[in-house]
Amino acid sequence: MFALADCNNFYASCERLFQPRLEGEPIVVLSNNDGCVIARSDQAKALGIAMGDPYFKIEKLVKEKNVSVFSSNYGLYGDVSRRVMSVLGGFAPRFEIYSIDECFLDLNALPYDLTDYSLSMVRMVRQWTGIPVSIGIAPTKTLAKIANRMAKKGKSPWGPVLDWTRLPSPDEALAGLPVEDIWGIASRTGARLRELGIDNALALRKADPRLLRGHFGVVMERIVFELRGVSCLPLEEVQPKRKQIITSRSFGTRLRKLDDLRAAVAGFAARAGEKARAQGLRAQALNVFIHTSPFDTAKPFYSNGLTLPFRSPTSDSGLLIRAALFGLARIFRRGHDYQKAGVMLLDLVPAGYEQINLFDPVRSDPLRSDRLMAAVDRVNRTYGRQTLRFGSETLSDSWRMRAQRKSPAYTASWKELPVVLAN
Amino acid sequence: MPQAFSHGGARDGAGRKTGSGRFGEPTRPVRVPESLIPSVRDWLARMAEWPGSEIVQPFSTHPLPLALPLYSSRIQAGFPSPADDHLDDTLDLNDHLVQHPAATFLVRVAGDSMIGAGIYHDDLLVVDRSLEAKSGSIVVAVIDGDLTVKRLHQDESGVWLMPENPAFKPLQIREGMELVIWGVVAHSVRSHAKG
Repeated sequence: MFALADCNNFYASCERLFQPRLEGEPIVVLSNNDGCVIARSDQAKALGIAMGDPYFKIEKLVKEKNVSVFSSNYGLYGDVSRRVMSVLGGFAPRFEIYSIDECFLDLNALPYDLTDYSLSMVRMVRQWTGIPVSIGIAPTKTLAKIANRMAKKGKSPWGPVLDWTRLPSPDEALAGLPVEDIWGIASRTGARLRELGIDNALALRKADPRLLRGHFGVVMERIVFELRGVSCLPLEEVQPKRKQIITSRSFGTRLRKLDDLRAAVAGFAARAGEKARAQGLRAQALNVFIHTSPFDTAKPFYSNGLTLPFRSPTSDSGLLIRAALFGLARIFRRGHDYQKAGVMLLDLVPAGYEQINLFDPVRSDPLRSDRLMAAVDRVNRTYGRQTLRFGSETLSDSWRMRAQRKSPAYTASWKELPVVLAN
Repeated sequence: MPQAFSHGGARDGAGRKTGSGRFGEPTRPVRVPESLIPSVRDWLARMAEWPGSEIVQPFSTHPLPLALPLYSSRIQAGFPSPADDHLDDTLDLNDHLVQHPAATFLVRVAGDSMIGAGIYHDDLLVVDRSLEAKSGSIVVAVIDGDLTVKRLHQDESGVWLMPENPAFKPLQIREGMELVIWGVVAHSVRSHAKG
């Protein structure tokens, strides 16, 4: 049996953790650059605020109904997520962290009543971390997803937990579930299924898996079997090693000047290098890309990128920045309003195992670069990100994200710890 | 008379200048195995695009499985320290202060109502949410939406949130009031040599 534990309104719940007065109040969290809604508390959902709503569209409602608005604080969400996952991980011999707020657990062979067991999981996560979770239990991951969703919507007799096998009429539940809401079915695929007369989960379960395999491939066949209770998707405990590292951002305002882009791209390259070093990886190539907004239809769209291989694999921020800026100079065209840029590190290899290039002149001392980078990382870890920066990162700050309503780094900065009153 | 010798032969300053080619430095002919000529040409062409750069396309048409041993571990000079044999783990304050990392949060105190318990303004509190609040526990409780530090007290007269400073009043939790305990204070940390 699988359990899917999923945090309720995770980002909103994280914001509430250190601001208990927001309990029971409407909250929304905005995407990078405060663009649109990416998370809502139940009270905000009840006001009719939808996922993806642009902020300007809800601004009036926000004022009228006193909705609390937050810029996304991924540092905080990541910290709380690690806490939640570590509590959940203690409840099962094997588990798979599926996303920042979801986790599959293997409940096979546990000698407990699984509903009771899961209820105690919910209680413990809530007490230890302050985050509410819902749990769906089922013989397959796909059904566990569905059970979880029903528990979240208050359709479980057992509150935040729903064991699919205890559901009195599972067929009815499947019949009420549109195909697009099944895990792994995108809206386009859903539309094609509807053309075949398959519009809900029950119809899909009854469909001929071989026929669907012909139409949609093996993934759809698996979904049919999963709906029938035959597990086809195992737990994936080990996350695949990262093959690439991407650092990219949409800009708060459009950028026209090369120097602004240079500062942004240098910052991305430095950050990418930091990520690579943290994982003990080196890049064999770097890709830098820029583009204008595809939605500014009045202006010509421009998008370009360049991949630059290295002589020897590297994670040296200085070298990464030089490559990124070299590439940027090649693809930059004057006169465009750039909306986004990014840096990708490609063909990552573990540090220490890289092949040495015959044509690479012996550089001053590769160990020296490693030591320098280690020192930079140490300083930035101790005194805060961006304490030590490369010169080109400081050319301009106009690329930085808008995040005007970000909550403090409650768990990551000595200066921003939550305050408790002694009064 | 020197006129007669000024025709023919090499003349200073004639021809292309040294280093003016596409590589930006003097060049020389070399012998290359025929099979490798296209690869070398290609590599040189790419090299020319990247003058003097460390970021150069690798010579990759025939990647050589060249596994050179890396001697990266450093060898200690001199004699090993006799203390090495007696080296125990160093002490980590986290072991002392944090019993349940997933449930432990650090908060800062603002105010004087708990000085009787040795908790002063600006002190750090290590709050462990996994601990059960009992009568006598110092807790972080939610009062009017604020996080507040008090001592929890329970007796025949009821449940109280007690300050530890006579200048502040106890708060009784009456019928119908909701008491939310945010966490239990496990330790407090006070710095004596600030700044």
